[in-house]
Amino acid sequence: MTAPPSTRSVVATILAKDLRVELRTLQSVPSMVLFSTTIYVIFRFGLDRTRLDGALAAGVLLVTILFAALLAINRLFVAEREQGGFEAIRLAPVDGTALFFAKAGALLVYLLALELVALPVFWLFFLDGGSGLLPLLPVLVLLDLALAVTGALISPIATNSTARDLIGPLILLPLLVPPMIAASAAGQRLLEAGGPSYDRYGTWLGVLGLYDLIFLLVGWAVFDYLIED
Amino acid sequence: MNLSLRALAIATAVLIGAGFALVFFHAPIDADQGFIQKIFYLHVPLAIVALIGFVVAAVHAIRHLRSGDPIHDARSYVSIHTSVIFGVAVLITGAIWAKASWGQWWVWDEPTLVSFLIVFLLYATYYPLRYAIPDRERQARYASVFAITAGAFVPLNFMAVRAAESLVHPRTFATADGGLPSEVWLVFLVCLAGIAALWWTLVRFELTAKRTSAQISRLRRALEGGAPSPGSGGVAARIAPGVAR
Repeated sequence: MTAPPSTRSVVATILAKDLRVELRTLQSVPSMVLFSTTIYVIFRFGLDRTRLDGALAAGVLLVTILFAALLAINRLFVAEREQGGFEAIRLAPVDGTALFFAKAGALLVYLLALELVALPVFWLFFLDGGSGLLPLLPVLVLLDLALAVTGALISPIATNSTARDLIGPLILLPLLVPPMIAASAAGQRLLEAGGPSYDRYGTWLGVLGLYDLIFLLVGWAVFDYLIED
Repeated sequence: MNLSLRALAIATAVLIGAGFALVFFHAPIDADQGFIQKIFYLHVPLAIVALIGFVVAAVHAIRHLRSGDPIHDARSYVSIHTSVIFGVAVLITGAIWAKASWGQWWVWDEPTLVSFLIVFLLYATYYPLRYAIPDRERQARYASVFAITAGAFVPLNFMAVRAAESLVHPRTFATADGGLPSEVWLVFLVCLAGIAALWWTLVRFELTAKRTSAQISRLRRALEGGAPSPGSGGVAARIAPGVAR
């Protein structure tokens, strides 16, 4: 009998499977892109503004990304539930936590792909100058990681409940307030009309990084209990 | 158990009675805010005890996941339940205090109050989560994962909200002239002990009530002569089957 595969190779296998499925079915990312573009249009009329800067610009961008992420998080484990993926990972002689890391990785890739389109569209629709967007990228990556980690942790809970699409956002929105505070605070200064300001930029990146680290560790510690039966 | 619960309840009543007597007759009237400042002796202990209760729930949840013993899940559930009720009281007393001293029912630039609201909103989702999972054992496991995740969230959240405040209100415990006078501290500590005892009594009371109702439904099933069927124990047994042992 051969030795069970290492956790790292299991993560890589599941992640590759998820990305291949996404490439073939185009279930999540195109919907997220379409959704975020529509949200921009809603904000344009909801706020009655054609150009944005500062806190309003950061708020529109980050709230749109948050809502688009919720779409993907709701669907993240649907295939596992419907096609026996949870049973398979329980039966296989592998570390169940691999599923957590793989799903967080997949979600991170989806979010980065979304931003590849949603950020230029945001710039085109609302911004006058784009000089704040480059320093915004680390903020967005750390926020994406926060969304990915908490999403991969809460999504199986929601997926295995009877209230499914209701439970996920209900738990995730309050849970994601701290990274949203940090990302908005950094973003509003970077997107100011007179050019980016780096006031407490490092502090906010630190808060985001700490949040990511803590929930990565929490997910690592408790995820196994979500898939055992 | 019943006797000690009774003793605990009496001690709670004495502590809270003494605390309120001290608040009304001994504690000094605040020079700035006047009489309304005395709500501090209710609001702050409630908030501290509720937050500690959430941490206690997370500790019980860790023990539940490690041991698989449903009694720890029941303790975690009752801790969160009692703390959420205390949380409602914190938000109401906080709003009253805000109205009296700042003229508005809600102020967004008071970081502790805002942090508490976010924590409260998160823990309020504990109920829909539990009731959306029919399988008892899985419900207990998922609830424990939630309690641990939310427990880790509490300090992070307070840190982030505090960091977002450019204009920080003067903190009650760290005023410029070196903190509170000693008589205020005495009254505050008695009130804190009273509220903590109240929390503990309510937790013990609910656990005892759950165990009793589970026993009653077991006896009723035995009387009716039917074989014990899963899921017939009512809400109490559904939440805390292990307490019945």
